[in-house]
Amino acid sequence: MKDTGLGWSTIRLATIVVCLFMFAPVAVVMLLSFNSSQFGSFPMEGLSLRWFVELWHNDAIVRAFQTSLVLGALTSMISTTIGVLASMAMVRYDFPGKRLVSTALVAPILVPEVVLAVALLLFLQFLSVPKSFPLLLAGHVIFTLPFVVLVVQARLVGIRREYEDAARSLGANPLQTFREVTLPLMLPAVLAGMLFSFTISFDDITGTLFWKPGGVETVPTQIFAMLRNSISPEINALGTVMVLITVALPLTGAALARRLAARMRGR
Amino acid sequence: MADNGNAVELRGVVKRFDDFVALRRADLDVPEGSFVTFLGPSGCGKTTTLRMIAGLLDPSEGDILVKGRRINDVPIHRRNLGLVFQNYALFPHKSIFDNVAFGLKYRRVSRSEVTRRVREALALVRLPDVEERLPIQLSGGQQQRIALARAIVFEPDVLLLDEPLSALDANLREEMRIELKRIQRELGIATIFVTHDQSEALAMSDKVVVMNHGVIEQEGTPEAVYNEPATAFVADFLGHSNILPARVRGREGDYYRVALEDTGMEILTAAGNAGPLETGAPVRLVLRAERLRLGDGHEHRDGDTLLNARVDTVDYQGQLARYFLSVAGMQLQAINAIDRRPFAEGATVQVRVRGDDCVILHGHGD
Ligand SMILES: Nc1ncnc2c1ncn2[C@@H]1O[C@H](COP(=O)(O)OP(=O)(O)OP(=O)(O)O)[C@@H](O)[C@H]1O
Ligand SMILES: [Mg+2]
Repeated sequence: MKDTGLGWSTIRLATIVVCLFMFAPVAVVMLLSFNSSQFGSFPMEGLSLRWFVELWHNDAIVRAFQTSLVLGALTSMISTTIGVLASMAMVRYDFPGKRLVSTALVAPILVPEVVLAVALLLFLQFLSVPKSFPLLLAGHVIFTLPFVVLVVQARLVGIRREYEDAARSLGANPLQTFREVTLPLMLPAVLAGMLFSFTISFDDITGTLFWKPGGVETVPTQIFAMLRNSISPEINALGTVMVLITVALPLTGAALARRLAARMRGR
Repeated sequence: MADNGNAVELRGVVKRFDDFVALRRADLDVPEGSFVTFLGPSGCGKTTTLRMIAGLLDPSEGDILVKGRRINDVPIHRRNLGLVFQNYALFPHKSIFDNVAFGLKYRRVSRSEVTRRVREALALVRLPDVEERLPIQLSGGQQQRIALARAIVFEPDVLLLDEPLSALDANLREEMRIELKRIQRELGIATIFVTHDQSEALAMSDKVVVMNHGVIEQEGTPEAVYNEPATAFVADFLGHSNILPARVRGREGDYYRVALEDTGMEILTAAGNAGPLETGAPVRLVLRAERLRLGDGHEHRDGDTLLNARVDTVDYQGQLARYFLSVAGMQLQAINAIDRRPFAEGATVQVRVRGDDCVILHGHGD
């Protein structure tokens, strides 16, 4: 018993250390964003929202924010639409080459992002298409799609076909059946997919660096560019905002999805 | 095609899954207003046949007609058939009202008419006060009633039920069986009911269709399939039967005298529906277990055969007992009502075989 006790405390210690190592830097950045002094160091001299205000007045950052939001929203809409349709095809219909398509859909998760980024870039060059916002968007759709497909497919597999059979026997055509029965039943997964693809897109830097046309910056690439010059406390503030968005959004979404699912099961 | 009083007709319908034949050339009539049951063991093709009629599966060959109209190429949502599933399949995200109203939504029915008809259907299944609830808030039996209400509210041409009672416990099942039959009668709707429970089939049906391995073995009224089985399978599947290979010895008035292959013992059996049989022709004799009378000294009547048997095992079931007997080395089973106490194991009894209770099947089978 003594041995296992020791084993457990070691594990507990290791867990704490790992968590500290992962979250301490984030906590430091968030703390320092409220520091009133120019130089990010402890002990902090005072609390202020000064850097957040400065963020608000920094045109480059505001523009980057707008770009990221638009890009994220479009990515999530397109990715979710394609993902839902693809999942329907994969789970509900049979067609030749299904396994191949199924693998191709999730492959972008398995391929290292850099490789994917370079590959797409080379492909565009081969076609001599100049970089543009729609292409950046296409890139984001390609590698957020697998997440949507995986989440939605998993849910769809669990929805018994009898619901759809029943709807059709009652007179609903395939489209009406999808709208009235299939879609509402998989709504939690669809919302989760939307959030996933939004956060992944909002967060992405590797692919974005390769694909973005000149002069367009997203929040991550903007931070990256700013870091090359100096470490301004503004970046801490920006980091805090990013953390809030990428953490708060999925949490809200998850809570929403859970509430929806619970209502469907009748609480 | 003219209307010939059939709600559903199958004409040479075949269903293959790759090389596996799930249904072999089925021809079947479901008369208007009748209650027809598909009965058979698991995997015999009942669901497959029902799903083809519903439009959830395409037949490999043959025609399916509803009200005299060929519907092979009519998609399911235009077939106007009411379908009830074993697991109810109520839409979990819709209220009971919306579930029942679902079929009316696609049939140009005015709003007030929808409300009226939903209420009517709910009253018919005796669940008028659950409109606002979600399916999960109902018991299994209640959900099954709602599923039924949903399937009949739009006045379908035919009602198709795939083992609708099998998810319910025994008491509820019996209650629902009676309820279902009442509703079917009240509406006068042609109904196809799939089950592997013979008592369900015999109790509810106007016509029982006994299936085995994708073949319709026999169809007829419950009495006909029970009392005059056309094949050894039907004899064996419905109730308990003794099926004994025998040979025809000759004709004696209304009876054939046949000799059992195993023992040479001779038994008189009603010529009835057997048709002409040559002397020496191989046949099988079907003796229903509950038609064999055990006793100690039966009075002899025309067409009776008396056998001396020993009781090997008694399976006591309260008001009935099932006896396993040996008669000159041959095994027979008999089911008799118990008069005070059952015959003891090891006892010697006399078995009366009435010629009118025997059924002859041609050939020795395979
Ligand atoms: N989609 C399919 N692909 C291949 N074989 C199938 C398919 N559907 C059914 N079968 C086969 O067809 C046969 C008949 O199946 P069916 O579901 O009609 O049986 P059933 O009589 O309804 O049995 P149960 O009482 O178990 O429901 C079975 O042997 C089954 O394995
Ligand atoms: Mg079945």
